[in-house]
This record gives sequence, structure tokens and C-alpha cells, in this order.
Amino acid sequence: MQKIIAFTVGGLFGVGLYISQMTNTLKVQGWLDVFGEWDPTLTFVMGGAIIPMVVAWWVADKRTKSFLGENLPPPAKTEINKPLIVGSICFGAGWGLSGLCPGPAIASLSFGGLSGIIFFISMLTGMLAVSRLTNKDNY
Amino acid sequence: MPIDWVNGLIGGLLIGCAGAIYLLMSGKVMGASGILSKFAENPNKEFLNERGFFLIGLICFPAFLNILGLLSNAITAQTNLTNSLPILIISGLLVGVGTRLAKGCTSGHGVCGISRFSPRGIIATVVFVCVGVATVAIFRQILGII
Repeated sequence: MQKIIAFTVGGLFGVGLYISQMTNTLKVQGWLDVFGEWDPTLTFVMGGAIIPMVVAWWVADKRTKSFLGENLPPPAKTEINKPLIVGSICFGAGWGLSGLCPGPAIASLSFGGLSGIIFFISMLTGMLAVSRLTNKDNY
Repeated sequence: MPIDWVNGLIGGLLIGCAGAIYLLMSGKVMGASGILSKFAENPNKEFLNERGFFLIGLICFPAFLNILGLLSNAITAQTNLTNSLPILIISGLLVGVGTRLAKGCTSGHGVCGISRFSPRGIIATVVFVCVGVATVAIFRQILGII
């Protein structure tokens, strides 16, 4: 059951990214290009995505278990530490340079060509390097 | 182009619904970077675990839509990703390293974090958006590379 849900959720996420054109790097870079020809699309994507999630968190906060009896996520951490800031700076730079973040990078693998695959492998290498170096799961 | 924001809103709502289902059914936060990296870190246990199924769905559904688009001669997806090898490798590494250090990307911190009013999610999103804006300003408007 969990696998069916995960497959469906991944699929819906992918369809959403595809329809909203977040797999098109020009749309993403266009949104970041506030000093050039600004493209507002991503604002609507982000807004549209946050609306159902606000409701979902509101429902989740009133429950102790998920509808299928799974544990719900622990309360949000509040600690603002150096890895959060440094990591977000690195991510923002890579996101701006390429126009891809992890979700769309995965969703566009089937049609993104060789460039998409090279980006994906580099991204995965970066992820695994951090996991290897920190070598502890404090998630 | 007015159709773009409509598609953006519809696509965004679908993304939010996906995250809402994952949270309310599986009790999990939908973060693409976390799911991918944990799947890759843990391949020996069970290859097709939940995260594997998430990733298969995330790859296959857009692939299917793209094939439909090709067959109907309608739209096909364009990533318009750069061909520059140094930019691809450097930006890929930055995204990979950054999202793991910060423990989240646009979906985890941006969509799921902001909607929960999580301080970490909000601050991470403000930082990566501002740096993204600065990066595009420097590399597109000033240097003209991207």
C-alpha cells in the first residue's frame, strides 16, 4: 500500500512539474531573472502548491497518526544552523546557473537528453559526497 | 502569456495535492532531494522500496505525458538545459551538496516547509531564492554566460 501511494504521489508530483513547465529551465531562470525579463509563472506554481499543503498540515496537526496509521512527521525543527544557510547558498547558486532543482531534474530524465543526465549524475554525486563526509544521519 | 500562469497554478495545485497525500496517508514530508539521496544511500537493503516507487512515478508519469504530446503532435517538453559541460557539472554538484547540507530543496523547504510555517523552511527558501536571483543577475545580465 505504501508503495502504491509513493508511486502515485511521485507521479502526481511529476505531472504537476510537467504541466507547470518547471522542467523548462528557461521558465525557472526567467522567474529568478528579476532584473531582466521577469517571468511570474513560478509564483503561481509555488502558491498553488502551498494551498493544499497548508490544509494538509492543518489536518495533520489535529491527528496523532496518518489516515493509514503511520506516524506523522515530528514538529518542525527551529534551529537555524550553518549547514542550512551554507547549503541553501550552494543550492541557490546551482539552481540559478542551471534552472533545475532536484524534483524537475528527476522528472525530466526521460526527455532531458544528455545534458539532463550529466546534471543528474553530478547532483547525485554531490548528495552522496555530503552523506559520506558527514557520515551520520541526523535527519 | 496568460496560459502560462494558469498551467502554473494547475501544476502547482497538483504538486501540493501530491505532498498532501504523502503527508496525510504515509505521514511523510515530500522532499525530492531527501527521497533521492536516501534512496541512493541505501540501495543494498531493498531496491524497490517506497522511495524507489516514488522516483519511478516521478520519472514515468512525465515520460508518459511527453509521449502523448509527441503522438498527438502537440507540445513536447523542452528542458532548454545548457549544453555547457562545466556549467552542468558545477551546478549539479552545487545543487546536490547544497540540498543535502540544508536537508531540503524547493519541494521540502519551499512547498512543505513554508506551508507549515517552519522557520527553517522559510529561511532556507529566502536564502536560495535570493542567491538564485543574484546568480542569474550576475551570469545572465552582467556576464551573459547563461
